[in-house]
Amino acid sequence: MTNSASSTIERAVGLRLRRRNRDVAGRLVEFGALGLLLLTLGVLVLLIADIARAGMPVLTERGSDFLNAPLSSLPQRAGIYQGIVGSLLTMVFVVIVAFPLGIAAAIYLEEYAPDTRLTRLITVNVRNLAGVPSIVYGLLGLIAFVTVLQGLTGGASIISAGLTLAILVLPIVIITTSEALRAVPSSIREAAYGVGASQWQVVRHHVLPAATPGILTGTVLSLSRAMGETAPLLLVGAVTGFLATGHQPILEQLRGPFTSLPTIVFAWARLPNADFRALTSAAILVLLAVILLANSIAIYMRNRYERRW
Amino acid sequence: MSSASGDAFTIANLTGDPRRRLRERLIKRAFQLAAIISVVISLVIVLALAGKAIDFLRSIDLGHLWGDGWFPRRRMFDLKTILVGTLLVTGIALLVAAPLGLGAAIYLSEYAKPRLRRLLKPVLEILASVPSVVLGFFALTWISPHIVERLCGQSAIFNLAAAGIGVGILVTPLIASVAEDALRSVPDSLREASLGLGAKKGTTTARVVLPAAVSGIAASLIIGISRAIGETMVVAIAAGATGGSLFSVDPCSPGQTMTAAMASLAIGSDRVGQAGAVESLFFVGLLLFAMTLTLNLVSERFVRRTRRAY
Repeated sequence: MTNSASSTIERAVGLRLRRRNRDVAGRLVEFGALGLLLLTLGVLVLLIADIARAGMPVLTERGSDFLNAPLSSLPQRAGIYQGIVGSLLTMVFVVIVAFPLGIAAAIYLEEYAPDTRLTRLITVNVRNLAGVPSIVYGLLGLIAFVTVLQGLTGGASIISAGLTLAILVLPIVIITTSEALRAVPSSIREAAYGVGASQWQVVRHHVLPAATPGILTGTVLSLSRAMGETAPLLLVGAVTGFLATGHQPILEQLRGPFTSLPTIVFAWARLPNADFRALTSAAILVLLAVILLANSIAIYMRNRYERRW
Repeated sequence: MSSASGDAFTIANLTGDPRRRLRERLIKRAFQLAAIISVVISLVIVLALAGKAIDFLRSIDLGHLWGDGWFPRRRMFDLKTILVGTLLVTGIALLVAAPLGLGAAIYLSEYAKPRLRRLLKPVLEILASVPSVVLGFFALTWISPHIVERLCGQSAIFNLAAAGIGVGILVTPLIASVAEDALRSVPDSLREASLGLGAKKGTTTARVVLPAAVSGIAASLIIGISRAIGETMVVAIAAGATGGSLFSVDPCSPGQTMTAAMASLAIGSDRVGQAGAVESLFFVGLLLFAMTLTLNLVSERFVRRTRRAY
């Protein structure tokens, strides 16, 4: 061993014994990364705090009146009732159309599809559809549902909006369901085949039950995504101003003009009136409460019931 | 196999009940149909957009696509106005989201103890679920007066910078999540080899883990860019310029992006006006679709490269 090397070792050992060998640069990297992460989370806290500060007074003063009043140009009378109804009704379409279609498509891709060109095309296509900007789905809805299928949907209506949102979340449902199905180990399938189950029986009685927590989380997340979408609804013709809803039969209402909770937030956010600032914050609080609560429960359930095979 | 008792065992015994086989086939076909619908949707998007976009280009003078600003109702469809607006917003968004997202990913993947990670990761997922209208409102009412006004000095309430920061916050969780996946897919053997050679933790992260995950990190940034380009509501609320906009490269002033231009065309008041105004949104939409599709395909390639490596 040369002289310089042994002296280096001596120094290093000495530093270690005197606890002077702190890795300052390494610590900086670690705390820098932690700082950036905390800053990101801090933004979430700041956002909720800022909106709650502005919106809570409206909710405490007006209470259920704010939730039950229709749209109005007078800030003291305006409420979000029509938005809540519109959002709920469009969600019904998402549940009816996107969930069965998406789950069925995922079952085909994961359980049935042979590894062919067509299958790979579908898989790549689904992943790319998930990355298409939501406003482009609005264009699709405008062309397909509002214009071409006007006779069926009634033009700019809840039906058109619901179908547009259903198509928007379809790729997300397919992807999350596929992931849940893929996580089920093949030994379970093989065991079921081994005792004579048909393919459908394997899927129905063994794969699907095992994948249910994952599928459920995925569907809840995509539902709340649909709930917060605004851009496609603007293109499909959500009402941003005054909306008169009479007491028509339900089918007529589904084919009539509509609005939604995030659309109301958008419409109010553009008004310069300070009173509407507070109303916007209050509407956001209602929207965030629904979405964040649903997502928190879904994420918690996933982490809780995530099974390690 | 009761029917075969006593007789020789034939192929027919193995094919099973024809009704059961029919049911199986029908179920498979139904599932297949559901999968094919997704392809049909993409085809419809492309064909419908392309058809309407061509109609639009036919209806106007091509010289209208280059001029002083984007005022569809006055037949001024200057593409560079909305392209530069989109570029500015995306650039600012990336300046915000890249350090935040990558920093968060590095901490979660390399430093956080498992318990802390289980606590922090869901919070990041919650941030990802905040709707874009909400961030748009936040950008307008908080980011614009508190941050942008300080950076720009005098600035309009509506400005591209506030929209850009808002979009940046929106894509941060996405970048963090994709980048974290990339970092975690680097095998521990590489980290252990580096530490075993005497490298410090920081050196290992910077010189071994990050280079090994570079494709995935690039993919995360590309996905972030693609999302930022397509983000509509934050810009529609915070960037102002609802009717149209003059060509401008100043992030402190109001502006128009591709998506915001489409949103404002869709809102009632803009429906009246020159023929061709509403049609222009299909053309812009097709452009947007093409841009994001290209970026998504590129990022997919990058992701696959990381996966193949390990």
